[in-house]
Amino acid sequence: MSTPDQWPLWEVFVRSKNGLSHKHSGSLHAPDAEMALKNARDVYTRRSEGTSIWVVPSSAIVASAPDEKEVLFAPSDDKVYRHPTFYEIPDEVGHM
Amino acid sequence: MKWDTCDASVQYLLHLGDDALILGHRLSEWCGHGPILEEDIALSNLALDLVGLARQYYQLAAQRIGNGMTEDRIAYWRSDREFRNHVLVEQPNGDFGDTMARQFYFDAFHFLQLEALQHSSDIELAAIARKAIKETTYHAQHSSEWVVRLGDGTDESRARITASLAKFWPFTSELFEPSSVDRAAHAAGWGPDVASLRGPWLDLVQEVLEQAELQLPEGHAKLLRGKSGIHSESLGFLLAEMQSLPRAYPDATW
Repeated sequence: MSTPDQWPLWEVFVRSKNGLSHKHSGSLHAPDAEMALKNARDVYTRRSEGTSIWVVPSSAIVASAPDEKEVLFAPSDDKVYRHPTFYEIPDEVGHM
Repeated sequence: MKWDTCDASVQYLLHLGDDALILGHRLSEWCGHGPILEEDIALSNLALDLVGLARQYYQLAAQRIGNGMTEDRIAYWRSDREFRNHVLVEQPNGDFGDTMARQFYFDAFHFLQLEALQHSSDIELAAIARKAIKETTYHAQHSSEWVVRLGDGTDESRARITASLAKFWPFTSELFEPSSVDRAAHAAGWGPDVASLRGPWLDLVQEVLEQAELQLPEGHAKLLRGKSGIHSESLGFLLAEMQSLPRAYPDATW
């Protein structure tokens, strides 16, 4: 919960190289979006981790509820046929 | 070692390196004391950029002096009268607004200086400048963003950044007052005529102040000669701390 004394929280997503997707790196506090980007650059890309940064207000993230875990995820546990492991892959296809 | 009779290109490198080292050291004093974790890391990053830049200038100077000269000897075994940085960069950190005001004035100057140095006839110096200008562009954005936010923030932040900008204003005139080394460097095509940077610098500063809804400070210029080795008392204290370890333990390695 942010109080007036505290800057809002932002979630930081960093793309490590072109073609890969942005991955969640962590979070930080910043007064606004522009400063959040700058802080993210300083906190999360100091060791050349990134080529692109997204920052998202943490309050804008909609999360699934932990106590719904069973309902949401348990049903897929016994449906192994959803994994693509039941097919013979011809050698010509190469690496998939 | 007589530093002021060195080759002019070496003296110019020492001047450039001293600005970077002294301001970098000042910023490193914030490490662990930043107003917020994120800004603490940002200030330490700026410090590292500047100390790294100082090393490049000193390494090149040491190579040109020869006779086993090293970057450490240049950084740790000169006295305050032998440092050639602007008096602005040695000023104490004060509060966060003071640090940002000092940084904001210097970053705008540093950016213009490096822009010119990229085209230096000294190709090794030009190579250092081309690398450094990327970092300095970021530094200038960072300090400008803060001046805007403090100026356009609360009543208190506005009053404090206004006071900080006024406090360092008299130190800015030295940036554009050429020393004999600046003149020699300009004549040789190594660096810009610093007096000519004043106009573009004022434009950069004014643009940000307008955004921050702040006025350009008024006040008289100080007559400062840091570039000739005449410093404020602050530099002596800074050097005493920065140089204490190698002077107490000359054989120490780290």
